[in-house]
Amino acid sequence: MGQTTAEKIFAAHLRDEPFQGTKVLDIDRVLCHEITTPVAIADLEWRGKDRVFDASKIKAVIDHVTPAKDSKTALQAKILRDWARRHEIKDFFDVGRNGVCHAIFPEKGYIRPGFTAIMGDSHTCTHGAFGAFAAGVGTTDLEVGILKGVCAFREPKTIRVNLNGKLPGGVYAKDVILFVIGQLGVNGATDRVIEFHGPVVETMSMDARMTLCNMAIEAGGTCGICQPDMVTVEYLWPFIGEEYASKAEALADFQNWVADTDAGYDKVLDFDVSALEPQVTYGFKPDCVKSAKEMAGTKVDQVYIGTCTNGRIEDLRQAAAVLKGRTVADSVRGIVSPATPKIFQEALAEGLIQIFMDAGFCVTNPTCGACLGMSNGVLAEGEVCAATSNRNFSGRMGKGGMVHLMSPSTAAATAITGVITDARSF
Amino acid sequence: MKKTFGGPSIFLDRGDINTDEIIPAKYLTEVTKEALKPYCLEDLSLDGFDPKGEKLANARVIVTRDNFGCGSSREHAPWVFEVNDIHTVIAESYARIFRQNMFNCGMLAIELPKEQIDKLFALEQGSGDVDIAINLAEQEIVARGNGIEESCRFEISPFDKALVEAGGWVEYADARY
Repeated sequence: MGQTTAEKIFAAHLRDEPFQGTKVLDIDRVLCHEITTPVAIADLEWRGKDRVFDASKIKAVIDHVTPAKDSKTALQAKILRDWARRHEIKDFFDVGRNGVCHAIFPEKGYIRPGFTAIMGDSHTCTHGAFGAFAAGVGTTDLEVGILKGVCAFREPKTIRVNLNGKLPGGVYAKDVILFVIGQLGVNGATDRVIEFHGPVVETMSMDARMTLCNMAIEAGGTCGICQPDMVTVEYLWPFIGEEYASKAEALADFQNWVADTDAGYDKVLDFDVSALEPQVTYGFKPDCVKSAKEMAGTKVDQVYIGTCTNGRIEDLRQAAAVLKGRTVADSVRGIVSPATPKIFQEALAEGLIQIFMDAGFCVTNPTCGACLGMSNGVLAEGEVCAATSNRNFSGRMGKGGMVHLMSPSTAAATAITGVITDARSF
Repeated sequence: MKKTFGGPSIFLDRGDINTDEIIPAKYLTEVTKEALKPYCLEDLSLDGFDPKGEKLANARVIVTRDNFGCGSSREHAPWVFEVNDIHTVIAESYARIFRQNMFNCGMLAIELPKEQIDKLFALEQGSGDVDIAINLAEQEIVARGNGIEESCRFEISPFDKALVEAGGWVEYADARY
């Protein structure tokens, strides 16, 4: 029997199998941010093992609360900064050059097909968009990753999701993944990799594929994986041009990681998305999903566009297309946070920032900020936010607050009317 | 450091209890485990549950339903249990990262079938006070409450068991890789 993408990556990275079913893998990328890394650093110091396995394979960013909002977050940033300097970690991104981890690391070309990556952040599954195996881990796994360059996983089972048909206008990758999570349930993919296939994924950009894979964890999935193809090659070409004689050669190499046609799957799900409508969550779990039409009229106090799910340039273009020439409802606070400085500059050059500001949006620096209720747009008790983020847990964006997840397009339409609105009605 | 397991239990009768409920994100700005201690399960709203109550303060074991610990990768969730001397969770199922974090800290995330979990909840219905003893070597739990005793075996992967016996993943990996 053939192999899935994850099985191929596991086989190529296997360092040890201490017990049947437990695979210890060599890790190509250990990614770090200032919230989950400082305790690992402190523990390594306490153990007298303040070392890194390979500084070139470790990438670090301050992104969750930046610039620091208080003494505690300043200390977290300082611990990460001092550590990166001490160990000569060159790819470290501090204030002015920093962005949301799952946007900035791919943007720098750090993630390649066939790579293994771990990070102390559940949305690390985003990087599977490149045909990599990338998993969110806790601080102890991160600590061992930093010290030894390995991480242990159970043998992966894979759910294959075939996305068939053609996405209608005004319906995006965010709508697709919300729909899929609604079908799978919040633990429908626990201990599973979700492999996305089909014509809908093949025509998606890398930005859209990252949105898709970003939310695999919301169904419990270890990683979302897209098949590497020419879209992947084109995205990575500025970084790999010297490694390959041609794009065709790069493609041939990347295709080593494409799943075999006779690979064994735990489950195969087929969805035709040709009639899919914009999706919105309604409860406190990401699998509570309805169409934007069904949710129409629900009042919101804040609209938040950004995050590792939907803070990339295409997302800002989607939102700006709806906002152009319109203004935010008086009852709504609009906040947009481009996910990286590069995206911010592109948005400036394209006139998108002007559109957001003319509409009455507050434009913040790149940061995770409000998504997890840490800064830059925390909700008050009883308030409701329409957000392009990935998690709608009770109190996620502030105690007593409610979050409705949706696409940038739906969020923009909602900002204009003050109630959840299907952007296609404009 | 190796942990001790078992003791008075608290029952959380809901599935999908997430890491934001176990330890809200606003406390992730702490850089020591000990600083998390007062905030255990602070945002969990559940009938009859008081995060500041005696029941939680005395608990050494949590018994709960399916998909426990879903959401964030924050190890602050197992840590807030660890610093409150809760080294054992017994549930129908777990989110992957939370489960691994428990074993990586040398703690136990025991998985039992729904019928067995139901029996434990039934013990609690009777008396309110249930003490659960854990025998890791024999992979057996014995729950006592209301003058009744329930015992059952549990499955644990040899790797997870080795992590608990080593005191956690750092100790295990450091000795081996």
